[in-house]
Amino acid sequence: MILLEVENVVKQFAGHLALDSVSLSVPENTIYGLLGPNGAGKTTLIRIINCITAPDSGEVRLSGKRMTPGDVEQIGYLPEERGLYRKMKVGEQALYLARLKGMSKQDALKALKYWFEKFEIEEWWNKKVEELSKGMAQKVQFITTILHDPKLLIFDEPFSGFDPVNTDLMKREILNLRDKGATIIFSTHNMETVEDLCENISLVDQAKIVLQGNVADIRASYATKTYLVRSTGKVLGNEAFTLISQSDKHGIVESVIKKQTTEGNNALLEELMGQTDILSFEQLLPGMNDIFIETVRK
Amino acid sequence: MSKISLIIKREYTTRVIKKSFIILTFLTPILFAGMITVPLWLSSIKDSNKKHIIVVDKTNSYSQVLKNNETYVFDFVNKPVAEIKKENTDKGENEFTALLVISGDLSENPKAAALYSDKQVNLELKSYISGMLSKFVEQQKLAAYNIPHLKEMVEKSKANIDIPTIKWGDNGQEKVGSAELALGIGMISAFVIYMFIIIYGAQVMSGVVQEKTSRIVEVIISSVKPFELMMGKIIGIALVGLTQFFMWVILTGSILFIGTRFIGGVDMASVQQANQAGMQSMAATQSPGEMQQLFALLHGFDFMQIIILFVLYFLGGYLLYASLFAAVGSAVDSETDTQQFSLPLTLPIIFAIYAAIYSAQNPDGPLAFWCSMIPFTSPIVMMVRLPFDVPAWQIILSLTILVLSFIGTTWMAGKIYRTGILMYGKKVTWKEMMKWLRY
Repeated sequence: MILLEVENVVKQFAGHLALDSVSLSVPENTIYGLLGPNGAGKTTLIRIINCITAPDSGEVRLSGKRMTPGDVEQIGYLPEERGLYRKMKVGEQALYLARLKGMSKQDALKALKYWFEKFEIEEWWNKKVEELSKGMAQKVQFITTILHDPKLLIFDEPFSGFDPVNTDLMKREILNLRDKGATIIFSTHNMETVEDLCENISLVDQAKIVLQGNVADIRASYATKTYLVRSTGKVLGNEAFTLISQSDKHGIVESVIKKQTTEGNNALLEELMGQTDILSFEQLLPGMNDIFIETVRK
Repeated sequence: MSKISLIIKREYTTRVIKKSFIILTFLTPILFAGMITVPLWLSSIKDSNKKHIIVVDKTNSYSQVLKNNETYVFDFVNKPVAEIKKENTDKGENEFTALLVISGDLSENPKAAALYSDKQVNLELKSYISGMLSKFVEQQKLAAYNIPHLKEMVEKSKANIDIPTIKWGDNGQEKVGSAELALGIGMISAFVIYMFIIIYGAQVMSGVVQEKTSRIVEVIISSVKPFELMMGKIIGIALVGLTQFFMWVILTGSILFIGTRFIGGVDMASVQQANQAGMQSMAATQSPGEMQQLFALLHGFDFMQIIILFVLYFLGGYLLYASLFAAVGSAVDSETDTQQFSLPLTLPIIFAIYAAIYSAQNPDGPLAFWCSMIPFTSPIVMMVRLPFDVPAWQIILSLTILVLSFIGTTWMAGKIYRTGILMYGKKVTWKEMMKWLRY
């Protein structure tokens, strides 16, 4: 089931093409990564999904229906450029933002109480935002983004400004939300996050989508015939594979090898088994970071 | 509750609970009342210290002319001026306020008198002395013509005519009018509108800049349309302005009411006393007090009309400028950058207050007429003309132009605002802002 579909969206700003016929579809209940270098058009695309800007042509559909501005109540959006009213109290402000998303006062208060207790920040309720640290304010922003229980969550660089402890907390919460049925779009430069969390990605570069698909499939397709082999004895390179590196760690030999033939992995393994006692055999996949850099450079 | 009303509510409540708003709202009427009453009260207190003026009269002919009053006592001495000056500097302390030296016949040489002192002599003393001396010299000169009864004839020929102005109302009743009072009311309301547009327009602008610099704006416009956010802010701040205005009217009104009750009470008591003393005739002929006269004049104005039109022109003028201020706020990155863009907005407002001052002298002249039609000046200039009974068609025409213009500027500003609030770290030019209109 596809929750969000973007079809042939084009957006032009005075003499500069921001999005060139971009299409993507986000399956329900998954985490989707939107990657790309700065200025590629990610934020413009996200703003179009949020009905902040209108596309010149193309269509955005939510649950199969063309999106109307009223549908933004089903979206929770944490923009990259985010902030709060500095002079306003935390609780008052969270309530205000929740009500702007269409929640009733009672529902909003109930949900806020739940989240403030969960994050153990009840004592911030009457503090002014300017008294909070950046990380604390980010927590409040996270709560206000997800409070109205949206079907679709969009996070633009969500972990910038978080310390590792809070980053971990947020990641867990995001996974929790997915398990409860939410669909999540991440826009990020942080490839580790992508490998950790995302099932599918789109890589945007210069207004176009240059790479799209399932993260595991993409990594497999970029596989470079390298393997990590652990064995009790040394392996020696031959016509079937070359040895890239080898090290001895407490009697266990770790070797990185590169296959030279077009044969399958089993043939290579048989070749290795003939040499020594194999403890483990693993094909090395390129990281998303390498794929990102390679694709964008092309 | 719809979203725009949530925004209006937030903009309104965060401002009216501010200390600066509360202080200004309650202090200003006290200041208004104080500005009227304190000078009156101070002038009623007589300086108990007698001030001595030493007179060196070389002609010996003015001792009868300079008369003492409650404040000033004239001491005639026969010492050289240099000696008095020396004594004065030796003592270091002043025993007299001033030294008047009359060195010759004033009817021949009007410059023969001079006033010396350590400190600047106050105007009252100067005019008191010169008044007495001029009058004396005048009489001397008249007497020198040797015409019998000339003095009486001159006295009789003096005239002081105060023309009361009476306006004919629509239904033929006569109202006592006063050009001075009309001018005063017009100028005050024009100035209040001028102040409100500048103050609350600037508040709209800084509110927009704050939303942009605190980076909350994108969070909010993912829930509401940018235009709703802009209008919510503008309307919320307009309500703050109206709240302040009505608080001022009510508070100033009640202070003046209590004040006049107090003064009126005193008047009644003195009238009763006069009655009891059997001097009924005197009480009857007593001219009405200045206060009562003022109130009779105030009754001549249609205050309801002025207040209603004040609110309409305030809203029209404010809406016209506030949306433009919002557009400027959206285009810049920090409050310090607003200056270059806000100047073209404040200039017509400042021009309007000058036009209003000149229009006051000729409320039906071409400057007054055209400036009360042009929407950028009409809210201020029309206020000055109102107490002088502007024809209804002019008011309706000028209000219509104003409404159409603010719809136009709001539409334009909305387009600039929509693009501007999402632009970060970019130096914006006028040309660029015009481009945004077409996005």
